[in-house]
Amino acid sequence: MKVYGTEIASRLLLGTAQYPSPAVLAEAVHSSGTEIITVSLRRETADGSGAGFWESLRETGCRILPNTAGCHSVQEAVTTARMARELFGTPWIKLEVIGHSDTLQPDVFGLVEAARVLSAEGFQVFPYTTDDLVVGEKLLEAGCEVLMPWGAPIGSGQGLRNPDALRAMRAHFPDVPLIVDAGIGRPSDAAQAMELGMDAVLLNTAVAKAGDPAGMASAMALAVEAGRAGYEADPMERRDMAVPSTPVLGLAEFA
Amino acid sequence: MKIIVNAEPRDVSATDLKTALHELGFVCSAVATALNGTFVARGKREEVQLSEGDRLEVLAPMQGG
Repeated sequence: MKVYGTEIASRLLLGTAQYPSPAVLAEAVHSSGTEIITVSLRRETADGSGAGFWESLRETGCRILPNTAGCHSVQEAVTTARMARELFGTPWIKLEVIGHSDTLQPDVFGLVEAARVLSAEGFQVFPYTTDDLVVGEKLLEAGCEVLMPWGAPIGSGQGLRNPDALRAMRAHFPDVPLIVDAGIGRPSDAAQAMELGMDAVLLNTAVAKAGDPAGMASAMALAVEAGRAGYEADPMERRDMAVPSTPVLGLAEFA
Repeated sequence: MKIIVNAEPRDVSATDLKTALHELGFVCSAVATALNGTFVARGKREEVQLSEGDRLEVLAPMQGG
């Protein structure tokens, strides 16, 4: 997979929040085989607690994809993105402009506007969006070279609520990297997304809140790989009725 | 002068942002700043003068999804 000119081997992107401890996070990152981890920005305390976390992130060797989580307006998201670029030294930004605090549904109007502003400033924007095709087109026009449709609301673990819409996105944007961001709960959800032809999956809670985060990270990596291999192997068409798989020709007659 | 730092009222004697950060104890380099909702780049902090009631956000790397 290539995003913004960068070749990425692992199709699993991992969030860094909600792990029971920094050690478990590090273990999960390692087991997932991910090359891209998402991070955030929050208010610093005078004791410099953020510095230790930043150091542990660097030790993973992963690329950093900072987010604008929690931003509800274009101005907040743009300011956060500018701060993230300085802090993490990357033009990559996972752009979130949240419309509702209960569903965490993207405000796609604000998203397109913020994407336009940031792309013009040289950011490489990874927009957290819905599966709407027109919004996808507007994001590409705004300068995005990747789209990140939701599978289900953030942190819900519901799996893909609307696989048909993702299939339509794949057909409509054949050459655009598509990353399912949010809603994955189980390895089968991740495999399903990949079988639909998504280029990658971004998840966090499904691993962080599993009983064994490192074990789940590795299960997710296998699922992503299996789903991708299945997509590339071109699955058979679904049929409404049974078709015998054993040849009928040469069948004995005993009556 | 009184300014609001990460939503807390604070007293600072410094008049520029760079010195104020130091005075407030943010000695670590891994912070980014915004004054009254506008990003202030690290290299510009010395030039930015503070005014009474300014709202300063000092952000650091944090876990995120």
